[in-house]
Amino acid sequence: MSKVKSKVKSEAREKKKSAHEPLFHVAKRDRIPFWKSILIRFGAVLLAIAVCILFALIFADVSPDMLIKSMVDGTFGTERRQWLTAEALARLLGIALALTPAFVMRFWNIGGEGQVLMGALASVTCVIYFGGKVSEPVLLLMMLAAALLAGALWGFIPSFFKALWNSNETLFTLMMNYVAIQLIEFMLVFWNPKHPNMDPLPHGHLNLFPSVEHYGDELTMIVIIFAVALLMFIYLRYSKHGYEISVVGESENTARYVGISVKKVTMRTMALSGLLCGLVGFLIVAVFDNSVSTETAGGLGFTAIMVSWMAKFNPLVMIGTAGIVAFLDKGAACLNTNLGSVQIDNFLTRSMGENAPTGIPTDLPNILVAIILFFIVGCEFFINYQLKFRKFEFGSKKTERKEEAK
Amino acid sequence: MNQNISLELRGVSKFFGPVIANNKVDLTVYKGEILAILGENGCGKTTLMNMISGIYYPDEGQIFVGGDEAVIRSPQDAFRYKIGMIHQHFKLVDVFTAAENITMGVKDGKKYSLKAVNDKVFDLCKRYGFHIDPRKKIHEMSVSEKQTVEILKVLYRGADILILDEPTAVLTPQETDKLFQVLRKMREDGKSILIITHKLHEVMSISDRVAVLRKGEHIATVETADTNEAALTEMMVGKKVSLNIDRPEPENPTPRLEVKGLTLSDEDGRKILDDITFTANAGEILGIAGIAGSGQKELLESIAGLQKLNAGEVFYLHPESGVPENLKGKSPVQIRDLGVRLSFVPEDRLGMGLVGNMDIVDNMMLRSYKKGHFMFLDRKKPKKLAEEIIESLEVSTPGVSTPVRRLSGGNVQKVLVGREISSAPTVLMAAYPVRGLDINSSYTIYNLLTKQKQKGVAVIFVGEDLDVLLELCDRIMVICGGKVTGICDGRSITKEEVGLLMTKDDRKKKAKEGGESDEQGEKQSKE
Repeated sequence: MSKVKSKVKSEAREKKKSAHEPLFHVAKRDRIPFWKSILIRFGAVLLAIAVCILFALIFADVSPDMLIKSMVDGTFGTERRQWLTAEALARLLGIALALTPAFVMRFWNIGGEGQVLMGALASVTCVIYFGGKVSEPVLLLMMLAAALLAGALWGFIPSFFKALWNSNETLFTLMMNYVAIQLIEFMLVFWNPKHPNMDPLPHGHLNLFPSVEHYGDELTMIVIIFAVALLMFIYLRYSKHGYEISVVGESENTARYVGISVKKVTMRTMALSGLLCGLVGFLIVAVFDNSVSTETAGGLGFTAIMVSWMAKFNPLVMIGTAGIVAFLDKGAACLNTNLGSVQIDNFLTRSMGENAPTGIPTDLPNILVAIILFFIVGCEFFINYQLKFRKFEFGSKKTERKEEAK
Repeated sequence: MNQNISLELRGVSKFFGPVIANNKVDLTVYKGEILAILGENGCGKTTLMNMISGIYYPDEGQIFVGGDEAVIRSPQDAFRYKIGMIHQHFKLVDVFTAAENITMGVKDGKKYSLKAVNDKVFDLCKRYGFHIDPRKKIHEMSVSEKQTVEILKVLYRGADILILDEPTAVLTPQETDKLFQVLRKMREDGKSILIITHKLHEVMSISDRVAVLRKGEHIATVETADTNEAALTEMMVGKKVSLNIDRPEPENPTPRLEVKGLTLSDEDGRKILDDITFTANAGEILGIAGIAGSGQKELLESIAGLQKLNAGEVFYLHPESGVPENLKGKSPVQIRDLGVRLSFVPEDRLGMGLVGNMDIVDNMMLRSYKKGHFMFLDRKKPKKLAEEIIESLEVSTPGVSTPVRRLSGGNVQKVLVGREISSAPTVLMAAYPVRGLDINSSYTIYNLLTKQKQKGVAVIFVGEDLDVLLELCDRIMVICGGKVTGICDGRSITKEEVGLLMTKDDRKKKAKEGGESDEQGEKQSKE
C-alpha cells in the first residue's frame, strides 16, 4: 500500500512541475454585449480579407490591389453590375426566406433547390400548354398558381412523412431535390427529344415596371422579394402561426402541453416553405429565364441555407447576409474574367516545370469566397464561446482571431 | 500536520462566466468521519464536489490529499488519489450485470477474471453489509440496488474518500436507513465520507460534522452534536425562517375530479398506471407520494389529456351544476373548450411548462394565445399579466422581456405557477413544484397552493419530501409501481407508514422473484 501511495505522490509532484491545466479551455459565454459581437464579426471579415490577400499573393501571384479592385468592380463597377448584384441578392434572399419558417421550427429543410425547380417546372409547363391560347395576365396567374402548388407539394411530402412516421426530414428533403432534377430532365426530353436544351419561350413574361429603362425585370424581382421579407418578418413575429412555429421549434413537449398540434403545424409550415420556394421558381422563369433547366436554381437552394442561418432566422437581417453572399459571388465572377490573362510565376509553378498552368486556375475565386465564408461563419463560435487561458485571460478578439487562424 | 486529515481544500474557487459557483472555500475532511455538505440548491455544493472528483478544474485554490497537493484534472486522476463520487444520476450500463459495471474501465493490468471480480465484490458486500447479486443485470434492479452498485464501483477501485451526491433523494425512508448503516460501517473502516444533502433530519442522524455552504461560500463547519435543525437552517438561508406550513381545515370538500380504473401502458405494453381510482375534492390538497418514477408524472399527464389511456375514466364534476364530464380521450384544447378549468404545473418546467428561450410575456400567452379570431397575436394582455405576476409573486427579473431560461429556478417556477393560477382554475395539479427551489421560494409555493385550496380549488400535489407532504396535504395517496397502495389522512398518518406503502408492491414482487429467478433467466435466454 505504501509503495502505491508514494508512487501517487511522486506522480503528483511531477504534474505540478509540468502543465497544471491545458493551455486554454473553452467556456460558454453567458451573453455578449452587442458592440462586442459586432467587433468580433468585423474582425473576422478583416482577417478573412487578409488571409485571402496572402493566399492570392502566394499561390497565384495576384496583387492585393487587383484582387480588391476586381471584387468591388465586379459588384458595383457599373450601373448594370449594381442592378445584377441587387437581383442576385433578391433571388438568394427569396429562397432563404422560404426556408426560414421551417428552420425556426427546427425542421431542416434542405430541399429548397428542388422546391424552386418544381415551381419553375410547373410555370414552364403552363407556358408550353397554354402560351398564346390565353391572355398574358391569365397565363401569368396560372403559372403562379401552378408554381405555388408544385413547390408546396414538394415541401409538404417530407413533412407528411415526418409528422406521421417521424422520418428524417434532412435526408428526405435532400432526396426530393434529385427527384425534381430528374423530373426536369425527363420533361425536357419529353417536350423536345432532339433538342433537350430549352430556348426561351415567347409567352409568360412578367415585368411589373415596363416604364423603367433596361432594369424593369430586376426591379420586379427586387420589389416582390423585399415585400416577402417584410411579410415574413411580420408573420414570424406577430402572427399566431409564427408563435406556434416558435413553440414547436423550441419544445415539442411544451406544444403538446398547451394543445398545439405538432403534426398540423409541421405540415402547414413546410407547405408554406415549399410554396415560397415555388414563388421564387416562378419569378426566375417568368421574369428572367422564360425556360427551365436543371440549373434554373443554380445551387442557390443550398447557399440560401447558409444565408438564413447567418441571419439567425431574422428576415430583415437576412437582407444583409444575402447581400454579403451576393457580393462575394459577383466579385468572384469578375475576378475570374479579369485574371484570365495573368501569368503565374512563383515557386509552385516553377517547381512544376513544363506542366505548370499557364493562367490562374478558375477555382481561385471560389477558394477565396470559401475562405471568407469560413471566417464569417466560424466567428460565431467566438460569439457563443470564449477561450479561457491558463493564469491569464485574453479577452480581446485579436487573440481569438489568431487562434482561429491557427 | 495532522495525520488524520484525508482531504483539504484551500481557497478553492470556481466561476462560470459572471456566476461565482464557489468562492474561496476552505474545507478539511478527516479520516473515519462522515461530513455532511449542507446548503440550498444552487449554493455550489455539487460544483465543489465535482472539483474534488475531477469533473471541473478549480479556477483558484489548491486541493490537498493526504497532506500533498493534488492536481485532479479528470475522474481518472481522482481515482488515483482514491477519491470516488457517487452521482445523483446513475451512470450504469443497463444491459450489463452488476459485476461488469463495477469492473468497467478498471485498468489494473491483471487478466480479467469474472470469478475474481465476483469474489472481490462479495468480499466488499460482506465487509460493509451490502446485499447484492453481482450477476444480476442493472435493468432488473430497483433504484436502491443500482445505487449499491454505484457505491461498490467506487469501493472496488479502492476509494478512501467517497462523495455521495444527494443519495437519499430516490430512496424510501427504510432504504435510507439501510444506506446509513452501510455508511457508518465504512466510517468505522477509516473511510472519509462526504454526503451532499439538503434534508436536515438526515444531516442530524448520519453526520459527524456539517459544512454549510451559502451562495458559493463556506459559512461554517460545525459538530453535528453541537447544533440543531433551526441553527443549521439559519446558517443555510442567512436569516431566521419559520419552517411551519399553515394547514387550514378544508371547508366543505366536495368531489371535483373522479378517476376510475385508470390504466396506461407504454410502447412495450408494460403497465405504467394500473387501475388507479381516487377522488380529488374541491377545497382540499391531495398529496401523491411514491418513489420517483412510480407513475406520478403519467398520472397527471393522463388527467391533463396528454396520454392515450388504455382503460378507465376521468370525470370532472362542474362546480355549480355538479354534472359529470368525461375527460377521457380528450385533448388539452378540447378539455379547455368544455369549460373545465384545469391547470397543470408539470415536472419539467422549461421543457414542458414554459419555453426557455421565450420571454415572460410570450410564455404568459402559451395558454391563451389563440383567443380572438384575429390572425395576429395580442401581446397587451399577456404583458399586463406578466407584470402582475412579477409584482405579486416577487419574481426577480430584469424585465418582462427576459428569456425565462435566464431566471433562477425559483423565479422560473413562480412564472409558471403564476400563469397556471391566473386562469382561476378549479383543479390545480402540480408535479414536484418545489424541486430545485430554495427554502423561501418553496414556502411561497406552499402558500400559493394552500391559498388555492382555500379558494375551493381541488389541488393535487406530487411531492418527494415526505415531511412536506405530511405537513401540507389533507389526504395522501401513495402509489407504487403504478398502483395505488393506500389513500390516507394527511393529519394522522406517520412517515414510516407512508414509507411502507411506497414499497408495498415491490416487496411482494421480490419475494416472488426469489423463487422465479431461474425461470426468468431461462425466459430471457430464449428471447
